[in-house]
This record gives sequence, structure tokens and C-alpha cells, in this order.
Amino acid sequence: MPPGEPLLRPDWVVNNLDVIGERLAEHLGMTATAVGVGFVISFVLALLIRRRRALHATVVGAAGILYAIPSLALFAFLIPFTGISFVTAEIALVSYTLLILVRNILLGLDSVPPDVLEAADGMGYTSRQRLWRVELPIALPIIVAGLRIATVTTIGLVTVTSLIGQGGLGYLIVVAGINAFFPTAIYVGALLSVALAVAADALLLAVQRRLTPWSAARGETS
Amino acid sequence: MTTAAPDDRSTVAARGQPTDTPASTTGAVVELDHVTKRYGPPGTPPAVNELSLTIPAGEICVLVGPSGCGKTTTMKMINRLVEPTSGRLTIDGRDVMQLSPVDLRRQIGYVIQQVGLFPHMTVGDNTGVVPRLLRWPEARIRERVEELLDLVGLEAAAYRDRYPSELSGGERQRVGVARALAADPPVMLMDEPFGAVDPIRRDRLQNEFLRLQSRVRKTIVFVTHDVDEAIKMADRIAILQRGGILAQYATPDAILSHPANEFVERFVGADRGLKRLSLARVRDLELIRPVLVRAGADRTDARRELQASAIGFALLVDDGGRPLGWIRDTDVDEQGPIDPEQATPGASLIEPETTLRDALSTMLASSVQLGAVVDQNERVVGLISVDQISEVLQSGLLPGKTDATG
Repeated sequence: MPPGEPLLRPDWVVNNLDVIGERLAEHLGMTATAVGVGFVISFVLALLIRRRRALHATVVGAAGILYAIPSLALFAFLIPFTGISFVTAEIALVSYTLLILVRNILLGLDSVPPDVLEAADGMGYTSRQRLWRVELPIALPIIVAGLRIATVTTIGLVTVTSLIGQGGLGYLIVVAGINAFFPTAIYVGALLSVALAVAADALLLAVQRRLTPWSAARGETS
Repeated sequence: MTTAAPDDRSTVAARGQPTDTPASTTGAVVELDHVTKRYGPPGTPPAVNELSLTIPAGEICVLVGPSGCGKTTTMKMINRLVEPTSGRLTIDGRDVMQLSPVDLRRQIGYVIQQVGLFPHMTVGDNTGVVPRLLRWPEARIRERVEELLDLVGLEAAAYRDRYPSELSGGERQRVGVARALAADPPVMLMDEPFGAVDPIRRDRLQNEFLRLQSRVRKTIVFVTHDVDEAIKMADRIAILQRGGILAQYATPDAILSHPANEFVERFVGADRGLKRLSLARVRDLELIRPVLVRAGADRTDARRELQASAIGFALLVDDGGRPLGWIRDTDVDEQGPIDPEQATPGASLIEPETTLRDALSTMLASSVQLGAVVDQNERVVGLISVDQISEVLQSGLLPGKTDATG
């Protein structure tokens, strides 16, 4: 850090609001893409596992290995195939969501009480109607809990993708901050990243509460 | 969702408008013909073995037996939650295997022990599940839900928007029954429906359900492991023994008075004579004319009446005719007015609807082995005695029943 450089220069923040806003939007976009794609893949995988329980160990094991690979190493593996690109960054980010999402979707579906399933069959729901009208709504709180963890984790991980030219707020931290010995950019990037994570978590929780008024009713009486 | 296909509409109309209750569908004949269910490969012992039963329309048939007797399996074959290995099951002559399981189940009410209400749906939505699957118009579903909640004794305005987690066990069970009745099915399957509620509430729910059944007249297949519940609920009882073998299929009275074999005899219990007493009610007995005396009345009259009636006790009543206590004939020797202090207080009050079994235990618990039968205003209408009931036990003839064989 150059001597005499203050920790925070408000004038820089004010003058660069457009750059900061752009990076924030990029961060949000990368997170949404990763969690969205990750959720679709996880949902399909979870349904496959429900149909064939034998797949459970394989899928969750593979997702666990992906989750354990250090992000830097994963970038290194992918660059020969997909280059230094948005795609490379997203492949890594999506990989990290799978373990959490597959597990929570399965946990959610398994949380549906057996008597409820028996009643649903006895009433004459088709298996598809049962899934969409009974099982998924009941599984929703646990699925959303998984989405919240995946989202918060991904928001943190997006900063790392600045190493391959992406990164959203990570660009402020790494390129504008660390590389240029400029603490203000580091603080702005880090604080916004944390704020984004907290906001996204709160928003998802609010959406879940809205969609599952019955789970609040349960809390009140028991 | 709200628009019904034309053919849907016509089936719905054929099921009777929900607004006029008397026109609702009554029961259908359910017939099992040599039905066998084997869970393992051929050769393994069957869960249900060559079972044949005909359940008349509008009757409650209770399947009862020890665990592992195949009673639940038998019930679940009717709506194809379990597929039979061989044999034929028909509802009003239609083979259930000819219908798709989903269509079949929408025409059969289903109530289970844990109720299985959908926790994410309100009471109203739970009740309207089957009509919604059958694509009834929303307005009709709303109307039907209201009618059903009313039928099971839950005020629609207060309960419709609540979630199952906000209800008591008994209320949940009622919603379960309302949900099963929603599309007005001719047949209902009930798997230990009152098994999860405490004995006092169970008794009330049973009575309520019997009253409900006397209005809706569905064909009901009811599974329980409790003999007393079977005797109380059943028009006919099918007793199954391990391996799904039918031990006896008859009316409760016939099973209690003529058990088909040793297994049935043991299963219904050594006190089957006593149990049989719960099949008859006090109103079926010929009541004894009471000798009623009021405080301060002249003893000579009372004595003359007592000598004529030979029951040995006069019943002291208040001005409204309500019993106060018994006066022994030997205490009415002297002259002068009746002294209320001489009465043994606490006459057993018995209602005409009381079963003979309950009346007997009430009388045995009091010092005088007589019961005062009273009307709704607790006015004495007659007496019964322990002797009368032991006569019933000895003769084997239940009062008010014309045939004991069923």
C-alpha cells in the first residue's frame, strides 16, 4: 500500500458509482445463473434418484467430489476446454451448488409424511399430480433452505472468478484493489458482496414464508 | 381447472346435486370372489387367501383380526392400493381391475388412522381435493365443502381457512371423513379411523359416525383390531385369522352367540355373552312399573302398592318426578308420612338408549340392583333389574332382535 493512502476514499466511490453498479449487477447475474442452472440440474437429478434409489450414492458422491475440488484447480482443469471465459466461471459455480441442492431437494421430498402420501394415492392423485400438488409444496421450506445456502455460498465464490477475468465485485477486490494497492476498492467490493449475500438470503426467506403460510401456522400452535 | 369437460359434467350430475342431501348416492354392493394376495413369488404363504365376501349396499362391514391377518391388505385391494394376485373384486358388478386405479380411487372414499390431511392445504382445500381432481366447477366445490363441514359438525366459516396443524385430533379426523365423502362416493374404506384418538373422544366420534352413516348410507369397509369397536360399528363382521383366512362372516350378534370355531371364540373373548349385551338397549326391555312415593305421602298406600309389585323397593321422587333414592319395603311398616331420611340416596339413572351392558355395570355398582329409567327431563319412566339382564344372558335371546343368526 503506498504510504499516505487512506483506507477509504469516499470521493472515489462517488466518482465510480457506475463501475461499482455494473460490477454489482454482474455479480448478481452470475449468482442467479449459477443457482438457477444448478437448481434445474439438481432437481432433475433428485427426481432420477427418487425413481432409482441405487443412483443416490453415485450422484451424491460425485457432487461431493466436485464440491471438494479447490476452485483454482477446477479453473485450471477447465481452461483447456472452455478458455478464460464466463462459461468456465459458471461451470465451476454450478458444480459447487449441486451437492447442497440435490441433498436438500431429496431431504425435502423425503420429509413428506408417509400417511400424507398414502392419503394422496387413496384420493386418486396421479403420480405427477402428487409430486406437484402435494410433495413439492410440502418439501418447499427445506428446498428453499438449500437454495439459501447455495446462494450465499455462490455469492462468496463469484469473487474468486475474478482470477479468470470475471468476478463481479471480485473485480473490485482483486483487480482494482489488491493489484493496484488500493484499499478503498477492496472494502467496497467486500462490503457489497456481504450485503448482497445477506439481502439475497432475507429475500429468499421472505418468498418462502409467503409461499408456505401453513408452516407458520404450525409454528404458532405446536 | 374450472371448466369441466361435457362428459365430466354428466357424471357429476348423475352423482346427485350436492345441494339436496337426500338425493346423494347411497352404497354399492362390494363383492370379493376368491381373492388372493401373495407378496412373494408363487408358493410363498399368501397374505390373503381365497377370500370371498359379499358386502351388501349401505352396510358397514368391519374387517377384524389379529395383526398379520390381512385385513388392511384386503381393504386396500378394493381401491387397488394393493393389486390382488388372483380373484375378482367388483363394485356394483363392475370389476375394479377394468378401471384405471386413479379413476377408481376418485370414486371411493378413503380414511386412514393418521388421517393424512395435506398440511399445506386449508381445511376447505383438503375437503375439496377429490371434487377438484374431478374438475368440478369452483363454485360447486365451495358449496359442497360448506355442506360437508356442516355434516361432520365443523362450522364452515370458522374452520374452512384453518390449516390442519391448527386442529385437534378429533377435528382432523372429522375433516378426514368430510374429505372422503366429498365426491359422494358409494363406497368408503376406513382403516382404523378412530385408532389414534383417546377412548372418550373415540366413543363420541364412533357415535357421530354412526349417526352420519344412518343419513348417507354408504357401503363401508372398516378395518380395526378392536373387537369392541367391531361389535359397535358393524352390520357385519368378517373375522380374519393369520394368513388371510376368513374365520367367520356374520352379524355381530351371530358371531357372539354362535362363534364358528375356537379361533373366533378366543378372539371375541370369554366375555362374549357380556359383549353381546351391548347389542341391545334398555328401551328394548319391558320396563318394570315403579312404585313412586313422594316425601310426606302416606305410608299405607305405598305399602299396598309395594306388596302388589313384589320388587321390594319404592322409588322416592321429587315433585318433578325425578328420582331421589330407594326406600326398602321393610322400612315402610309404620304408620304416618314417608320420611325422606329413610331413603338410600343415589338411584342409578339409566337412559333408554343405554346398552344393556352399560346398564348392567351401572346397576352392579350401586347397592340396590335396580335402575331407574328416565327420559330427557330425568323423569322416571320405569325400572329395570339386574335379574332381567341375567335372564337375557341365560336365554341367549336379545330383546328387540328378531333373528340371532343374521
